[in-house]
Amino acid sequence: MGETVQKPTVPEQAGPPAAESTAVTREPLLEVDHVTLRFGGVVALNDVNFTLYKGEILGLIGPNGAGKTTCFNAMTGIYQPSEGEIRFRGERITGKKKHQITKMGMARTFQNIRLFPEMTALENIQVGADAHHKTSVISALFRLPRHRREERDGLEKAERLLDFVGISGRMHDAARNLSYGEQRRLEIARALATDPVLLCLDEPAAGFNPAEKEELLQLIRRIRDQGVTVLLIEHDMRLVMGVTDRIVVLEFGKKIAEGLPAEVREDHRVIAAYLGVPDDDVA
Amino acid sequence: MTSVREWFDSGRHAVSERWHNGPRWMRWALIAAVIVFFYALPNREFYQWLGPIPTTGSNFGHVLFTVSIYVLLAVGLNIVVGFAGLLDLGYFGFFAVGAYTVAVFTSPSSDLKTLWPWMLALPLAIALTMLSGVMLGTPTLRLRGDYLAIVTLGFAEMIRVAATSSEFLKGQRGFNQIPHPPGSYPDGKPIFGVLDPRPYYWLVLTLIILVVIGVQNLNRSRVGRAWIAIREDEDAAQLMGVPTFKFKLWAFASGAAIGGLAGALFAGKQNFVSSQNLELLNSIIILAAVILGGSGNIVGAIVGGGLVAYLIERFRGIEFFGIELYEYRFMLFGLVLVVMMIFRPQGLVANRRRAAEFKDRRKEVIVGG
Amino acid sequence: MDFNALFSDFGGYTITGLTVGAIYALVALGYTLVYGVLRLINFAHSEVFIAGAFAAIWGWSALGLNRDSVVSGIGSIMLYLLVGALIAAVASAGTATVIERVAYRPLRKRNAPPLAFLITAIGASIAIAEAFGIYTRRLPVGAPTVVKNDVLFSIGGASVTVVQVLILGSALAMMVALDLFINRSRIGRGIRAVAQDQNTAALMGINKDRIILVVFVIGGVMAGVAGMLYDIRIGTLTYSVGFLLGLKAFTAAVLGGIGNLRGALVGGLLLGLVENYASALWGANWKDLVAFVVLVVLLMFRPTGLLGESLGRARA
Repeated sequence: MGETVQKPTVPEQAGPPAAESTAVTREPLLEVDHVTLRFGGVVALNDVNFTLYKGEILGLIGPNGAGKTTCFNAMTGIYQPSEGEIRFRGERITGKKKHQITKMGMARTFQNIRLFPEMTALENIQVGADAHHKTSVISALFRLPRHRREERDGLEKAERLLDFVGISGRMHDAARNLSYGEQRRLEIARALATDPVLLCLDEPAAGFNPAEKEELLQLIRRIRDQGVTVLLIEHDMRLVMGVTDRIVVLEFGKKIAEGLPAEVREDHRVIAAYLGVPDDDVA
Repeated sequence: MTSVREWFDSGRHAVSERWHNGPRWMRWALIAAVIVFFYALPNREFYQWLGPIPTTGSNFGHVLFTVSIYVLLAVGLNIVVGFAGLLDLGYFGFFAVGAYTVAVFTSPSSDLKTLWPWMLALPLAIALTMLSGVMLGTPTLRLRGDYLAIVTLGFAEMIRVAATSSEFLKGQRGFNQIPHPPGSYPDGKPIFGVLDPRPYYWLVLTLIILVVIGVQNLNRSRVGRAWIAIREDEDAAQLMGVPTFKFKLWAFASGAAIGGLAGALFAGKQNFVSSQNLELLNSIIILAAVILGGSGNIVGAIVGGGLVAYLIERFRGIEFFGIELYEYRFMLFGLVLVVMMIFRPQGLVANRRRAAEFKDRRKEVIVGG
Repeated sequence: MDFNALFSDFGGYTITGLTVGAIYALVALGYTLVYGVLRLINFAHSEVFIAGAFAAIWGWSALGLNRDSVVSGIGSIMLYLLVGALIAAVASAGTATVIERVAYRPLRKRNAPPLAFLITAIGASIAIAEAFGIYTRRLPVGAPTVVKNDVLFSIGGASVTVVQVLILGSALAMMVALDLFINRSRIGRGIRAVAQDQNTAALMGINKDRIILVVFVIGGVMAGVAGMLYDIRIGTLTYSVGFLLGLKAFTAAVLGGIGNLRGALVGGLLLGLVENYASALWGANWKDLVAFVVLVVLLMFRPTGLLGESLGRARA
């Protein structure tokens, strides 16, 4: 069942993205360039290489422990790659501060929700909106015009985003009092408030029932329609299939496949990774 | 025990509900009444009607001045500990820097012999405390929070060592004849003299109001949001674009500046500063005040600072096991810290986030949505 | 700067520095052990030390020694030393246990934020120190002369006293014993496991609370003995000395690499030396400032210390 599906996946040794005919018209947004990441003796990422193009929804999948979140953390500047480099909008991310990377237009959510629990939903989003604000301490202290203007803009933006993700009714509730699903949505809204070019979602559907997953899919599509590129890390294959344009598959820190959802679904290595190998081997 | 607590909580809740849901003019009227009350407080004509509240042992005006200084310090420390979640255990050290700066530049016993007026030394005192805050914060604020705690603890101790050992800082002999703040009555008598403590208290009270307005402005801006975000989850804050180090340093420096202001005011009233009247364990008292009132909450800090300083002064002179109760103060407030953290970490005046302020303006939105 | 003072008696300053450093090192162990396991700076550890130091003096006085007594005869000296060390160790370990039970465990059960631990720690520290202060009326308490400070021998012009040999010898012996205990014994293995990963250790059937208690007790024993050695060296004790000594011991722990047992020894001895040389150069008044300057400079350039943090995992 495997031979014919080998073709679309890009083998590791394939050259620059230019080799792909489709890439000519596409603008690369995020380039993961032969990245290796070691922790002590453990190789968490092994020569991972792929590109994310502007305007697409890319799925990054793999069984538990495959290195998805590690890869994600390297991309958002939390880990420094031991080898290779990551470029975002053509600039090297390595060595940049986390808040600078956010300012460059990359935003993320967390697998285990990390909102600011004592702040209201609205304030959580305002923090995100503040990423591009320039109000200084002095101008906040004396409520100078710039502060008032940015404050008004931030508030309007926050309300718009609350509405966009569908939780405007909870605007003034502390984040910790929101339901699990609402917290997930709030995290997405907070990330969107930083005006990202690229939005990285780390298992946003974890713990969702099918109806909630369906709503989430629609939300992700709407985000893309607003012109935001989306990187989706997901464990659940079906969810990824429904929404992504392309998929990259990781296993044991290595990329084992890359391609259109339909192609990846048929890839024997992917099937083996998800079905063939007993679960405890990849835990 | 529980029922008392429930009663207390439900009472506080009812008050808070009424406060937040009442009409806007009522709140302003109440705030105005409270302010007028505190301006009137040091006048004998007023406080003689207040029963056991005025202190018996010492001049009530002096006591009120001390209390107001503590309130100012608590408001300042609350920025650092309450908002940004940074533990500063040497906060009184900044008070000392402020007081000594004024002393060194104004006192005739200083080696500098600059003999500046108080008003000129005041901005310098604030600037220097801010600078010392930045110098202390820069190496430590990048590290885990507990390092900051111990470095600030050490800082206060080093100030003490410097104050007692350095020839320049005069040790126990100290600096005398530090000038008072400027200003005179129409008849030519100075407003800030030696006999009447009330003008000093009114000055500090006015400054507290200004500082609180400033802190509240910061609190309702991106700066305040950044502080809370750092306190709640520093990594997430950074990933949401908050330059965490910068805002931590600002929190630390603004807290320090307020401490320096308090020190300068103290020096201006006392007109004498020496290593003896700087009890650096007072840092613990101020911390206890912030925690007791409710950290992260300006009203809490004011209530805590006022309550703690007032209690200390009120029970001065009363003996317990043959030792003056005053001697027990550090022990008691050390215990207060432990007990509060275990049983009521949110403090007496629990914080209700700013939700209510928005509710007023945007009721329609909520009803509609 | 007075280089003459330093070089005229370089050996003497060195020996004194090492002696003082040995006491710092013993106290530093308590900080390092607790930090290694709980990631917590136990501010109240300075009062664990003070409790031992007072207990030794009060224990000796219960045995009939007062501040003017001079013990003679090798047998009785050894006996009083052992009894003093025992009482001090028990008192310090007891104080440490109470602090852990009353101040830290309730917070741990509630999963309180780190700030809460630091605040209770400082609160407990002040409360205990002040309790001693009030009880002793803030006056120094004299210790009996259990060991006479006679010159034992001299190296290179510097004379070495019995007390110095005693302090250095017993501190080193206790360090070696502790190192063996942590690295060889079953409980030691448990401590290392909890230090590396609390949750996994709990899954492996290690009783976390018991390990934490053991760590506080060991730290207490070390601090208690350090307290007794301090009494013998200085001859008098004031309730407030714990604060500065604690700060210095903590600096020593960071200097060697907090969480690292051998680091505590290296850091302690080094800090003792630096401090004594500095006091020769700039005068004894400024000696106390040295530790603080060392701490700040260290945090600026090498916060993981000289030997690195080894008991636990990488810093968060």
